[in-house]
Amino acid sequence: MRVVVDYDLCESNAVCVGAAPEVFEVREDDFLYVLQDEPDETLRAKVEDAVRRCPKQAIKIED
Amino acid sequence: MRRIVVVGASLAGLRAAEALREEGFDGPLTVIGDEPHRPYDRPPLSKQVLAGAKEASQIALPVGDREALDLTWRLGVAAVGLDLVERRVALDDGSQEQFDGLVIATGATPRRIAVPEGMAGVHTLRTIDDCLALRDALDAGASRVVVVGAGFIGAEVAATCRGRGAEVTLLEALPVPLGRVLGEDMGRLCGDLHRDHGVDLRTGAGVAGFEGGARVEQVRLSDGSAVPADVVVVGVGVTPNTGWLEGSGLALDDGVLCDETTLAAPGVVAAGDVARWPNGLFGEVMRVEHWDNAIDMGAHAARRLLDGSGATSDYRPVPWFWSDQYDRKLQLAGRPGPGDQVQVVAGSVEDRRFTALYGRAGRVVGALGWNMPARIVRYRSQIATGLSWDAALADA
Repeated sequence: MRVVVDYDLCESNAVCVGAAPEVFEVREDDFLYVLQDEPDETLRAKVEDAVRRCPKQAIKIED
Repeated sequence: MRRIVVVGASLAGLRAAEALREEGFDGPLTVIGDEPHRPYDRPPLSKQVLAGAKEASQIALPVGDREALDLTWRLGVAAVGLDLVERRVALDDGSQEQFDGLVIATGATPRRIAVPEGMAGVHTLRTIDDCLALRDALDAGASRVVVVGAGFIGAEVAATCRGRGAEVTLLEALPVPLGRVLGEDMGRLCGDLHRDHGVDLRTGAGVAGFEGGARVEQVRLSDGSAVPADVVVVGVGVTPNTGWLEGSGLALDDGVLCDETTLAAPGVVAAGDVARWPNGLFGEVMRVEHWDNAIDMGAHAARRLLDGSGATSDYRPVPWFWSDQYDRKLQLAGRPGPGDQVQVVAGSVEDRRFTALYGRAGRVVGALGWNMPARIVRYRSQIATGLSWDAALADA
């Protein structure tokens, strides 16, 4: 599983941080950082939740 | 449960349908929607679509694996009645849908202010069609926009119309915009944001009526003065769509009244803007009109519907939403009230980049962020598990 963020769409709403804090971080500079591009399969449900809840639909999973 | 009907082809309805399949429901699943459109995303309607930066065709909600979902869509037909004994929904084309399980996600409709018969130019904003009608009016050269109501929809419409170069007057009946939601101090900051962007914000301004001929020409205020208008947008709140449920036996009180788990009656759940339920986390019976709640509550209601034994946990979310106005992103987590303590704990109000906490009875009940999203998401999870006011201030 590979996590891809479209930074042109991302508005740093930080919803993904709540859904999958192991994978996403919004720092004090208000930018989103992907902590793991290829997270373990055990995190799939959390990442899928982040994908679904992103208000800008900026996150994708590429298998 | 053999057959499930979802009434409402919305974010909450779609999320419920997806969750039903995820939970293994493999029977016939029908989604009924009164709009002709497949489910779409509403937040861009007051922002990118109204601004002309996005087309209506670009805001369809992604439907995961269409084949696996195996939904039957009934679009452009409205539910007009519910028979809980015969287990069927009556539709406005005269047909009926039989169900064993029912998800009610019919959303809400903007409140209106009476418009003289035959007068064009007074809009509300809820649907794609509403948005395109308003955008067409702006594209056709309407340059004086009057927005009635400085809540979040009104504020976003005002900001977007300013961004399009229109002259904007924003009318608010209360002394401070959003004072009841954010408190007076934070509400005043929201008002200043509009004024600094050239909006003529008038508070304590009640609307007496609309005047003109075939088109609106001015808005008459209750103090007798008038504001010229090419186009008017009314954003004075919404009413939950429960008319079709009158007489069904369901408890209706500003929404469909549910129990703590989103169950409204045996085999009937409700989710999204239309649902009212006791949220144990805040000790309050609430109805939440936010995007994020539609997702969470839709999924929760789906799980509850499939759970015959009632083992599903209570639905106890920390409400959360965002609002984009000009270059600011406001985010609010929790359930602040007008009497709460308010304390800025990070950033600065002068820079308009800050986080403020709301406290009640020794507990943090809300967090407001202006361009500080990371902190709000953190506070949201802390509010969910219980955060004392003293601990929050000591940590800040």
